[in-house]
Amino acid sequence: FSFFCLLPGAGQDVGRSCILVSIAGKNVMLDCGMHMGYNDDRRFPDFSYITQNGRLTDFLDCVIISHFHLDHCGALPYFSEMVGYDGPIYMTHPTKAICPILLEDYRKITVDKKGETNFFTSQMIKDCMKKVIAVHLHQTVQVDEELEIKAYYAGHVLGAAMFQIKAGCESVVYTGDYNMTPDRHLGAAWIDKCRPDLLISESTYATTIRDSKRCRERDFLKKVHETVERGGKVLIPVFALGRAQELCILLETFWERMNLKAPIYFSTGLTEKANHYYKLFITWTNQKIRKTFVQRNMFEFKHIKAFDRAFADNPGPMVVFATPGMLHAGQSLQIFRKWAGNEKNMVIMPGYCVQGTVGHKILSGQRKLEMEGRQILEVKMQVEYMSFSAHADAKGIMQLIRQAEPRNVLLVHGEAKKMEFLKQKIEQEFHVNCYMPANGETTTIFTNPSIPVDISLGLLKRETAIGLLPDAKKPKLMHGSLIMKDNSFRLVSPEQALKELGLTEHQLRFTCRVHIQDPRKEHETVLRVYNHLKGVLKDYSVQHLPDGSITVESILIQATAHSEDQGTKVLLVSWTYQDEELGSYLTSLLKKGLPQSTS
Amino acid sequence: FFQYCLSGHPTLPCNVLKFKSTTIMLDCGLDMTSTLNFLPLPLVQSPRLSKLPGWVLKDGSTFLDKELKDCSGHVFVDSVPEFCLPETELLDLSTVDVILISNYHCMMALPYITEYTGFTGTVYATEPTVQIGRLLMEELVNSIERVPKAQSASMWKNKEVQRLLPAPLKDAVEVSMWRKCYTMPEVNSALSKIQLVGYSQKIELFGAVQVTPLSSGYALGSSNWIIQSHYEKVSYVSGSSLLTTHPQPMDQASLKNSDVLILTGLTQIPTANPDGMVGEFCSNLAMTVRNGGNVLVPCYPSGVIYDLLECLYQYIDSAGLSNVPFYFISPVANSSLEFSQIFAEWLCHNKQTKVYLPEPPFPHAELIQTNKLKHYPSIHGDFSNDFKQPCVVFTGHPSLRFGDVVHFMELWGKSSLNTVIFTEPDFSYLDALAPYQPLAMKCVYCPIDTRLNFIQVSKLLKEVQPLHVVCPEQYTQPPPTQSHRTDLMIDCQPPPMSYRRAEVLTLPYKRRYEKIEIMPELADSLVPLEIKPGISLATVSAVLHTKDNKHVLQLPPKPPQPPASKKRKRVSDDVPECKPLKPLLSGSIPVDQFVQTLEKHGFSDVKVEDTAKGHIVLLQEAETLIQIEEDSTHIICDNDEPLRVKLRDLVLKFLQKF
Repeated sequence: FSFFCLLPGAGQDVGRSCILVSIAGKNVMLDCGMHMGYNDDRRFPDFSYITQNGRLTDFLDCVIISHFHLDHCGALPYFSEMVGYDGPIYMTHPTKAICPILLEDYRKITVDKKGETNFFTSQMIKDCMKKVIAVHLHQTVQVDEELEIKAYYAGHVLGAAMFQIKAGCESVVYTGDYNMTPDRHLGAAWIDKCRPDLLISESTYATTIRDSKRCRERDFLKKVHETVERGGKVLIPVFALGRAQELCILLETFWERMNLKAPIYFSTGLTEKANHYYKLFITWTNQKIRKTFVQRNMFEFKHIKAFDRAFADNPGPMVVFATPGMLHAGQSLQIFRKWAGNEKNMVIMPGYCVQGTVGHKILSGQRKLEMEGRQILEVKMQVEYMSFSAHADAKGIMQLIRQAEPRNVLLVHGEAKKMEFLKQKIEQEFHVNCYMPANGETTTIFTNPSIPVDISLGLLKRETAIGLLPDAKKPKLMHGSLIMKDNSFRLVSPEQALKELGLTEHQLRFTCRVHIQDPRKEHETVLRVYNHLKGVLKDYSVQHLPDGSITVESILIQATAHSEDQGTKVLLVSWTYQDEELGSYLTSLLKKGLPQSTS
Repeated sequence: FFQYCLSGHPTLPCNVLKFKSTTIMLDCGLDMTSTLNFLPLPLVQSPRLSKLPGWVLKDGSTFLDKELKDCSGHVFVDSVPEFCLPETELLDLSTVDVILISNYHCMMALPYITEYTGFTGTVYATEPTVQIGRLLMEELVNSIERVPKAQSASMWKNKEVQRLLPAPLKDAVEVSMWRKCYTMPEVNSALSKIQLVGYSQKIELFGAVQVTPLSSGYALGSSNWIIQSHYEKVSYVSGSSLLTTHPQPMDQASLKNSDVLILTGLTQIPTANPDGMVGEFCSNLAMTVRNGGNVLVPCYPSGVIYDLLECLYQYIDSAGLSNVPFYFISPVANSSLEFSQIFAEWLCHNKQTKVYLPEPPFPHAELIQTNKLKHYPSIHGDFSNDFKQPCVVFTGHPSLRFGDVVHFMELWGKSSLNTVIFTEPDFSYLDALAPYQPLAMKCVYCPIDTRLNFIQVSKLLKEVQPLHVVCPEQYTQPPPTQSHRTDLMIDCQPPPMSYRRAEVLTLPYKRRYEKIEIMPELADSLVPLEIKPGISLATVSAVLHTKDNKHVLQLPPKPPQPPASKKRKRVSDDVPECKPLKPLLSGSIPVDQFVQTLEKHGFSDVKVEDTAKGHIVLLQEAETLIQIEEDSTHIICDNDEPLRVKLRDLVLKFLQKF
């Protein structure tokens, strides 16, 4: 009983997610992300890890995508259309709706703007999406007869889900990215006590215990406000969907309250579309938004307008949300280059940046950047980092483990050092094994599941009836025969097992002669034996039958006179193999003789 | 298994199932046809209704003239309308563990059950069912509470009095149990007891039973339910449709292999084809408007109205109706239209695809945007300013007894230019119209009921092949008005078991197995033996633990003392307490080999005698006799325990243990 977790992508790195799980003979690929930090072959996972030769479709039973971020789904068209996979791909409805748009957006940046070849085409994205099966939250999807999957709400972004994968007696939960605290537009991740054999959790913020949400929000608003007040421009690189909507709601209400006039823009044509998705999938947002949407839709903004490229050169303060979020390409990078030289301006990075991106470089303090064409860009604008990305922090991860009660935990999607700290914490608090494999490393986890079998109702009822006796607290032994036939297991009473197999019972009986000294007549001897046994065996049914024999439960005792010695009586004690204990006990008891007559 | 039948209405069911150790209520439909016996509640003072004469008994007594009014020969109760509740006396409803709701029409009695019976369980329903159900209840409460009625008639309910009344009042059942409408706080409290579920979600009840909602294709979020344990499966089919309208298609495959299939909520108009009715609806509407008349469509605020609006969206331009205003009047009109757009996941494939674009799934968004469709919470306020005739008005309630529809009936009833088009099938349109007679307005009956008809049912049953079918008695005979139509009843083998209100059925099912888990340590200790090719057997001696209806077998605890110690202090201490169970034996003993074995073990004086049924083996010195027959062995010896044990073990070598 074991799992294999092969990690072509994720592991001790936040770059991209792609995990292979083998469970009870079923192979499932979890996420299919691309690495944003690379512009070459390394951006896609190396799928030759999965099967050296042979088709992926034959090897994989299904692919599951947790949410629409490109580091979780960016390699999907490459995987399904260029490497070749025709099996089922599962994701939630919002993910299915939004993911192709982000893929197309990314394709445009890479191919149309940067002119790269060897990338997937628009048609490939469409063909890939045709293989996608949308799932509901909590719906049990039967992938095949043995394999089932179930999605749980994960927060993080619209449509993000955690997945439970179950095959045979074994189960794995894969969290994808999740968020254990509700925010301005999404609810908190939730899972039931499903006790998986393995929980695969992201660990982006493995060591952070983030300060309260309100503080962070106040801080953010203060910084934006100050910059705008002094006439500076604020650039907030975001992904079109997700954090952007939360920050928009935040700024919108702040502008309204403070009666601010500086324009707020949201770049790219995606904006309006993005907000439309939020309106149509409002059931995936948090309670408050869902409750009030009929009166007021939170995603219709008054102060936030569409951005035009020309606006970047406008004088005066402004706030611009621009994509993508890590400053690695596109409009956000263009604006950044324009504004970076002015110390009055500010860039606020509201989320994690992958190594290799401009975002990561400026966050790690680099102020001189080498741009394309050897040009050096000096960064004079203020650089701020605010952890707004909706990942679970250490507290959240621990909370999820407490909810799901896994038997093993495997950390992915984090940095090695931080993961090590969390691993120790988890092992200490929950006494479960915690693993943190590197990229490409295989982890085997041994499970020890109980085996479900069918028990015949007759046998169960017989046993539970015994169990209902006064001393029910004492564990009762039950006895049955397990019939194994064509992979089916049935536990039946021994009698039924014999009958089903067409066998007859072989009765083994013992009769022992016990000699006792008693000069009295036979029937008087019998009476003495009867009284004696009755006295000793208070909990047993001891009976004196009319034909002169005695029974103790099913054990028969008869007395005859000794053929030679009238003073000796021979007691014949007779029992079956099944009553051996009692029978053997009775003979030794009688052998000690009868107590002095009390009559 | 028992089924308690609390409602006699085949499309508004309420059944309670006792399944294993759980008590499950299936739907709680509210029979609102009782309101047809009441006078309409006018929003504006209606001189016509207030001048109706009191009803006088044949013998001239007038003691009921305050309570009962006569309208063109029909007698109506002049009181707050009342509803016929599900049976509450048949069993103690506080023992109900869970309530499963199949669609928003079948939950209208929920507040009566959850708020008045001591119910402490959980209600399960899908999100659209709850949201739209809430809207229906809100509309109902609102339309009754807006028109406070001073009088609450009760005298007519007296059994002696009721007998004297004309039909249908005379024949109304259980009038003493009829209740006034609930209030919003009661609705909110009832709805707070609902837990949301998704299609194909497996919900464990007390470890004993699993329930799963399946798409039923009838309405947004409508579901059929599977109630199963490991070995038995009951399917509850309620309000299903195979037509492609807006909801997700019906999941039929999951209903297969049912032991019992409970079938309710079939079409109420088996002779009408919904598509044809929609066509008639459109053409009658167009004709009336073209002639300068108004069209009134009494309807519920959700459901078929979405499909009608979609048809009109495609129809109005070609029919030249682009300038005719469409009004949708209901306290929940706006909410209903908004909610319909956010349940993408519960919609049919075409509508889902639209959301991916992203576009609203229903075209009524466009009708609203282009001002062709306007919605108002009531006839008061903005509506009175915007109101232009001729027009088309969609409004409730379909019973014509309360809601804004009453106003339009009074307003337009006198002109033959106007038309009222009945599309909802829940109420007889003649009965609904009775208190408005005499009426000049045209009446068109286009009932649209997309639920299963009998042809579809028989196809469905053939496909899913349940062992037994249970249904309301109405489905086992042709409709009373069409007794020759034997095709309008359920036809299956074995014939369906039928139920009626206040009846208890015993469901035919006998189970033989239960699930039990063998702990890994115990599993490791088992020694399977191949008895026959492909069949292995292991004897299991284990401790049975039962918790939360789950059974687990564990290794027996190690005996605290090795059984070898034979020293005994006092006899009574040693009475064997817990008998370790000995296995059964099977097989036979070949005498020759047995004798050889005996000799190998030091018995030198073995003698064998043949008997009629077998052999007797004698050990002369030990004065021991062993009778061996095909199915039995009998060892007779002196009281020499070591000898007996030795012989026993030698015999056991030849036998298999079970």
